[in-house]
Formats: sequence, C-alpha cells, structure tokens
Amino acid sequence: MTAAAREWLRSGAQLALTALLATALLAGAHALTRQRIVQAEHRAQRDALAIVIPRGRYDNDLVGDAVTVAAAPWLGQAQSTVHRARWRGREAALVLTATAPDGYAGAIGLLVAVDREGRVLGVRVSRHQETPGLGDAIESGRSDWITRFTGRSLANPDAARWAVRKDGGDFDQFAGATVTPRAVVRAVKRCLDFIARHGDALYAAAPGTTLRIDSAPDDFRPP
Amino acid sequence: MPRAILEYGLASGNVGVVQLLGLCPLLAVSHSAVNALGLGLATLVALTLTNAAVAAIRHVTRRDVRIPAFVMIIAAVVTAVELAIRAWLPELHAVLGLFLPLIVTNCALMGRAEAYASRNSPLRAALDGFAIGLGFLWVLLLIGAVRELIGEGSLFAGAGRLLGLPGLELAATGYPGFLLAVLPVGAFLVLACLIALRQGWRLRRAAAA
Repeated sequence: MTAAAREWLRSGAQLALTALLATALLAGAHALTRQRIVQAEHRAQRDALAIVIPRGRYDNDLVGDAVTVAAAPWLGQAQSTVHRARWRGREAALVLTATAPDGYAGAIGLLVAVDREGRVLGVRVSRHQETPGLGDAIESGRSDWITRFTGRSLANPDAARWAVRKDGGDFDQFAGATVTPRAVVRAVKRCLDFIARHGDALYAAAPGTTLRIDSAPDDFRPP
Repeated sequence: MPRAILEYGLASGNVGVVQLLGLCPLLAVSHSAVNALGLGLATLVALTLTNAAVAAIRHVTRRDVRIPAFVMIIAAVVTAVELAIRAWLPELHAVLGLFLPLIVTNCALMGRAEAYASRNSPLRAALDGFAIGLGFLWVLLLIGAVRELIGEGSLFAGAGRLLGLPGLELAATGYPGFLLAVLPVGAFLVLACLIALRQGWRLRRAAAA
C-alpha cells in the first residue's frame, strides 16, 4: 500500500469513528426521550383540543378518534385532521384543523369545533404571522375577539352577515386591520358550510382513514 | 487561567456584543425574556458539551478531517439537547421551534471548537464553552428583557407555562405597548445601543488611563 493510500484510510477511519460516536449519542438520546416526547405530544394535542371543546361534551378518546380529510377548497390546506367527539356513543361534535389562506401576512391556522347541531363550540388560532399589535388580536391571549364565534351557526347570523362589519356583516374588525379578521371569518364560515354538507361522512369514517372530498364551496376560485 | 477564560467569554471576547457571532438567533428569539433565556440556556449547554467532546477527540482527529468531525459532533449534541427539551419542556420547544436545531449553525460553536477546544484539555474546553455560552446568554437575556419591557410592559411573561417557573413573571397593567421594540427592528436597535454603550465605556476608560 502506498503512503498516500494509508493516509486516506486513516482519515476515513477517524471520520467513521466520529460518525459512530455521534450515532451512538443520538441513539442514546432518542431512547431516553422517545416515550416522554410521545406523551408530551399527546398531552399537548389533548390540551389544544380541550380549549375549543369543553371536557364535559365528550367521553371518547378525542385525540385517537380522528380521520384525515383532503378537502383543500373548503379547509384551505391539503390535508386536515378531523377529531370526532362522542358522548355515550352518540355523535357530539367535530374538531377541524383549517387554514385561512388569505391573512395579511400569509396563512392563519385555525382549530374549529362544531357540535352536531352545527353550532360553533369554539375557535382558536393555532399559528399566524399577522402584525403584532394589529392583526394579532385574533389570538385569544390578545383579545376576546375569537370567542365571539362561540354559539354561532349558519343560521345565526344568516349567510349575508357572516362577514366583518366593514363588509356589512356581524363581526368586528380591528382598528387598522381588516384583512386578518376577514380571513378568519371567511374560513370559519367555510368550515360550517363544509360540515353542513359533509358532516355525516366525517362522523361515519373509520378512525385513521383518509377521506377525499372533491366538492368545493360555491364561491370557490382556484388559486 | 479559569478567571481569564470566564472574563474572555463574558466580556472581552463576548460573542454577542464583541465578536458579533450568532446574530441570527440573537435577533430572532430576543423579543421576550423567556424565549431568550430558553435559547440562551440551550446554547450554553450545547456549547459546553460540544467543546468538551471536541477536546476529548482532539488527539484522534487529524487536521484534514477535523472540520467534518466537529460538524458531526456538534450536530449530534445539538440534536440530543433538542430531544431533551422536547421531552421535558415541550411548551418551550414549541415556542423556540426551528431555532433549537439551528443552534448547529451558530458560528460560536464551530468557532470555539476550532479556536479553543481542539487545542486544550476537555476540562478547560468545557469551561471555555460554558463561559462563551454564558456570555451569549447574558446578552440574549438582556436584549430580550429590554425588548419585552419596552414592547409589552412585562418581564418573563409565560415563564410559568414555558419553563415551570411562574415566580419569575412580572407584568404592568394598563401599559399600552410599544410595537417597535417587539418587531425585528427593535432587536437591531437594542443591540446597537448595547454595543454603543460598551464602546463609549471603553473609550472613556482608555482616555482616563
């Protein structure tokens, strides 16, 4: 073997040894944390759901009883998770993840809970990049605006008034920020329309399955 | 010697206000004191561990493969730190998000591995990593506290939820808020003021001497 080849081999062996060490460290860290991470994620998901749907409204495993739905024209995202709340085996409510694609600074993630009668149980913003101090009043920690959806349905107010006041509707906009609340109001309305049309299929699908829904809202314009 | 290492990390060689390294996390995560504290502590732990690990293998890594070897070690340690935070402080992990894995790209880590840890004993390298990390932490925490105080009128808001330390939280009621401090601009302004203060103090001291 030439001297140069020996050098290469030595360098390679050293790198391989370091890689082995790094892999061992990662495997150890993974083994130590895996279970806690799964638990923490489950807990976080349960807590997030508990914010939009009161604990007393269901007795099933809300985190586990979920289906994936592909209905982008309705829910604003390629795939949404829909959790089904049941009370003594009867259908009680749906919790959807949805996206308002037309926020002032990009998409706004929403969690929307709707009971079997089509009334909103709760809405929360899960992520957004709206302007701090203006559009971020949609956050529950900043103002109580998002709680005003609670109890609303497609009949209350009627379709024409499902809009911000500036557009002739029932929902307040913020001083200096109309685009953000408008996007949220529209997204929540679309969720209600979606459930009115496809709610039965959502309740009926087996847990863990993916539901593809090809219809679209009447006013849907492909982006 | 330990004194000199600490002094270098905290003041004369501070990564935040002197070397101006790792500015991306410094500016992006410093809008609240709790976020700053969380990322500062994570960086401190990662820097101490990577420095010690790099020093431990310094005799078995030749010069020509040292950089890829350091990169692997840094990436592994930071990932381990991130996993630990995900397991034990999941709320903090959710807030810091991408900036935890991005500690890998903090040039302070690579810089210290190359400049110090690769030439010193593991114990000294660990102390150096700790000192540099502490220096980064205090700058990050100071900027975070100032921005939160001016921007929101609170201090350590969310400490109970994110760190399990509700005793830290302070909040003024009725403060209208000052948007500029919370926006990215605020980070640059506060950092600039900090650097200016330090320079002014240095110049005055040099003039007096």
